[in-house]
Amino acid sequence: MNIKFKNETFRDDFTFANSPETIRRFPFPFHEDKYMYAVNMEPHVPAGPPGHAYNNGIDVDEHFVSEMQDRAKVLKEDPLRYQVLPHMMAAQWDTLELLMEQQAAGYPEHFSLTKDGDNWHWINRPMGIDQKFVFGDPSTLPMDPLEFITRQAQGDFVIVDQRDNNLWCDAGMVTTQADWSLDFDIGMNFMEWHGPVPLAHHMGVFERALKFLLNLQQGKPVRRLNWTMTVNPRLDTSPENYHKWGADRMTVTPENVGNKVHLRCELQSLWRLPRSNAILFVVRCYLLKMEELVTIPKWARRFHRVLRDLPPELVDYKGLTRYRPTTVEWLSKYDDGAATSPGIFPE
Amino acid sequence: MTANTEMRVRVAQITQVADQVKRFRFERVDGQAMPVFSGGAHVVVAMRDGEVLRRNPYSLMSSPTDTSAYEISVLRVENSRGGSHFMHDAVKLGDELTLSQPINLFALDQRARKHIFMAGGIGITPFIAMMDQLHFQGGNFELLYAVRTRGHGAYWRELQERYGKHRVKIYCDAEKLFIPTDALLSAQPLGTHLYVCGPLGMINGVLGKARSLGWPSQNLHSEEFLAPPPGSPFKAIFKKSAKTIEVHSHQSILEAAEAAGIDAPYLCRGGACGQCETNVLGCNGKIEHNDNYLEVLEKASGKKIMICVSRINGSEITLDL
Repeated sequence: MNIKFKNETFRDDFTFANSPETIRRFPFPFHEDKYMYAVNMEPHVPAGPPGHAYNNGIDVDEHFVSEMQDRAKVLKEDPLRYQVLPHMMAAQWDTLELLMEQQAAGYPEHFSLTKDGDNWHWINRPMGIDQKFVFGDPSTLPMDPLEFITRQAQGDFVIVDQRDNNLWCDAGMVTTQADWSLDFDIGMNFMEWHGPVPLAHHMGVFERALKFLLNLQQGKPVRRLNWTMTVNPRLDTSPENYHKWGADRMTVTPENVGNKVHLRCELQSLWRLPRSNAILFVVRCYLLKMEELVTIPKWARRFHRVLRDLPPELVDYKGLTRYRPTTVEWLSKYDDGAATSPGIFPE
Repeated sequence: MTANTEMRVRVAQITQVADQVKRFRFERVDGQAMPVFSGGAHVVVAMRDGEVLRRNPYSLMSSPTDTSAYEISVLRVENSRGGSHFMHDAVKLGDELTLSQPINLFALDQRARKHIFMAGGIGITPFIAMMDQLHFQGGNFELLYAVRTRGHGAYWRELQERYGKHRVKIYCDAEKLFIPTDALLSAQPLGTHLYVCGPLGMINGVLGKARSLGWPSQNLHSEEFLAPPPGSPFKAIFKKSAKTIEVHSHQSILEAAEAAGIDAPYLCRGGACGQCETNVLGCNGKIEHNDNYLEVLEKASGKKIMICVSRINGSEITLDL
């Protein structure tokens, strides 16, 4: 499959848009007409119709090159978006291997990895990178192994170390986040970094999720979907840059909802890493404009119902308060009340 | 739906390494590379012994980065339930077995400034892989290894040759040489982590001493594989599966469930990981909790059981499974 990479922006003039094929591959996060927290993890095995974001372990799409350019800009302005604690070197190499192998296996036209013992050769054609290096020897790469590979892979990446029956946020590359900060969370454990999430604590969601993850097995990655909404197709909705995007939420009008309001979905996958016994947490962000979403009738009906009936705590936590009524009103035109089929895929 | 990631392997080598200890080398039947693993990991070996399917956990002792094969060492245990006898007496070169993916419940803490490993007997095996990993990374470690006699102790010569006598110290019961636990634990630099693997008495003694000397619990690590102890037979009623099964004297509830075709979750099969925790709906008898996982209060509540190692002394138990 040859991907045609787009040249677009996620800031300033916001030229980002999805092609019709990319709309259909969007990982739509609602399997029914309502939403509530659930651990909702499932095996991260290839699934979905051909071309869907679930087809490969690490997904690459038409936004790859532009997203990597946006990441480079974020890092230039704020180098603390990439951090790694000193005991995580084995986990850095684990992550480099996993991302290179997955991308080369899923997209051989665009990436290749050849290994001769510890002498590795990596080619990333879309970005024009051709790198020979010695696996395990950081001096043979232009930067840390984790930084090197996560400048060439879509999604945010957090590596959590496992010890004392807990998980610790000890390394990451985070530039496309939904309002959380690696710089703030680095070194925290699983319960600490989930502290702000409402409702779920009372439901015991985090205890169950932690227990599940502590036993995550090598060779058996899992995935779940999470979601929020973003005004303008901005990848970097970080607390650090709140002053740049917070006010965007006041700019939604009935006329511009379709183009300005986006469903933001996170495809989260979790992988047990072999050398370090750490877990790689991939948070891949997908954006879908409301006018793109309603081209899939099932999604238009369902998202209208989900957003209309969302519990107030979640509306507030996800920061939707200001523009939800306008968006629900706009979406209602696309909901004829017909029943929707189960599952997340388009009909 | 669970992805099946078990690996079919062939026995490529069997070596008698000490009295009652054999090493087995496994290569994949499909010719693929073994997954890299982390020091301290184990695999669950599935063995077809006539009618019985045995699944026993064994620590991996080969080099974690050697993807050509995995190696384990098995101590022949008298009065065992048969797993070690089967491995020693029935498994031959070229036989095929099934391995799980590696699972690590005894990992190195990579923040440690220094690692101290304390092994008793066959408890040496995870440390062999852990030391290999640290050697490669340039980590600071020391091994204290207690054996009954030099003939019973496996691998101590090779380890001394590889890492030096200053880092690998042997203590032999028969020579009245014992690990000087007190002196050792009193004189370690800050940031030292202690790992103990061996008989339960040794683990409890060493960790108890360390705690009394003020070691933080985060710096103390241990692993003990429990074999499910035998007991009297009883009836297990699996509510969700609508099946009633006899659990024999030398069988765990998990094994009985599997024999009846029930797909029960498990990982370590040694009472440590928590994966097989099952809700108890009713019990006519007393639960014998043999695991290291449930909290004291959970055990006392009688509402949960780890079916890989625990059983009941009574007539029947009803499980939410």
